Amino acid sequence: MRKKLMSVALGATIASTAPAPFAQELNFDEYRQMLADGNPAELFEMEGEELWTSARGPKNASLEQCDLGLGAGVVAGAAAQMPRYFEDTGRVQDLESRLMHCMETLQGIPSADIIKGRFGRDERAKMAAIVAYVSASSKGKPINVDLSHPKVREMYELGEQAFFFRAGVMDFSCASCHGEDGKRIRATSLPNITTAKGAAEGWGSWPAYRVSNSQFWTMQHRLWDCFRQQRTAEPVFGSDVTIALSTFMAGKGNGGEIVWPGVKR
Amino acid sequence: MNKLILAPLALYASIALAADPATPVETMMKTSFQANGIASLDRQIQDEVQRACSSAALPDAATMKALEEAEMKTIQWPADGDYYQGGDWREGQKIALSGRGLTWTDTADTVNGGGCYNCHGLDPANESYGTIGPALHGYAKLRGNSEEVLKYTWGKLWNAKAYNACSNMPRNGFGGILTEQQIRHVMAYLFDPASPVNK
Repeated sequence: MRKKLMSVALGATIASTAPAPFAQELNFDEYRQMLADGNPAELFEMEGEELWTSARGPKNASLEQCDLGLGAGVVAGAAAQMPRYFEDTGRVQDLESRLMHCMETLQGIPSADIIKGRFGRDERAKMAAIVAYVSASSKGKPINVDLSHPKVREMYELGEQAFFFRAGVMDFSCASCHGEDGKRIRATSLPNITTAKGAAEGWGSWPAYRVSNSQFWTMQHRLWDCFRQQRTAEPVFGSDVTIALSTFMAGKGNGGEIVWPGVKR
Repeated sequence: MNKLILAPLALYASIALAADPATPVETMMKTSFQANGIASLDRQIQDEVQRACSSAALPDAATMKALEEAEMKTIQWPADGDYYQGGDWREGQKIALSGRGLTWTDTADTVNGGGCYNCHGLDPANESYGTIGPALHGYAKLRGNSEEVLKYTWGKLWNAKAYNACSNMPRNGFGGILTEQQIRHVMAYLFDPASPVNK
């Protein structure tokens, strides 16, 4: 464990000094491969595993009884099948909204605090680490979202409509940037999420460690910043639009390979 | 400054008249969002162009034409016919490079950029450009600076939807993203023979 920690720390050092020469890069894949054996996200995974098993919150309980869809406490492969419909909440939930539910019911940590919180702070930062741990436990698995469930199908269809929904002062929708093959914003390549390949590429590579700011970003965080740049109002954490878009991306990308956690610029 | 306030109001007014009940996605696009700073909730309400261009398929030709005609009427042509002489290509370059402004982390005082490089190549020496729009290297060198070309380019910058209702390009003048003088600077960046775009 110590050896692993050291190699990860080394990776983090390299990453924190590396961005400058890559500011203009058009060749990020090569860099990603260099980091593949020492993805700094491993630090977050380790923290997340510890948080999963630690007794915390007003109820002083761990998350080991949390049901991510494959039974209480089953982490391996669970994220690959999310978003999914959960009987106990009567809702389609992505990993983050499901974790929020578990943190509230098992540990007594109020969901409202997380919803009102900020990315990278307090319980939302802890949740991001847990996301790193849980999502990495599906690495290498195919995306496998059950679209035969009517509630999941309903969310998928709403997500597809939201994907094309233009709004805000710049008239952008998700499709403005992610609707065609081979497009870039500045030097950054954009997956075409209207295709199975592009959807799998997008869905299957977030959460990710972002080299440019040394942060670990979950999919909720990624979507939030997409909307910021779209110039819409601010999406509420875990709200329907985030679940719907996640269901659309994951469902569209069904069968594609998961590389969680990803490495991004 | 007046324009900044008026444009969103105009968007809102055209919607308030629409009698159709909200569809499930329209409802979700309101209830899943909250206002934050300058990013107010009225941004979640679509105007006609946005609603017509919100699916994978384009509207029919007649609808496109009607929308384009309506958008064409919103274009404010340059005072004194000054398309670019009163602009400075150096200022235009800054505007073309800047993607700042109008997010919930900006303020009303933020000087907005045009974000041109996000989607277009312009200066052949700058390789860090996006490809969502066409490459515009050597813009005036290739197209000249006839009244027709100047007018089209000004109009396109002011309201791209007047030429293609479902264009990916923002309505810079109409939406209050750029001021008239900023658009003139961008015009200078595109048309001035001294601009690196035309080198």
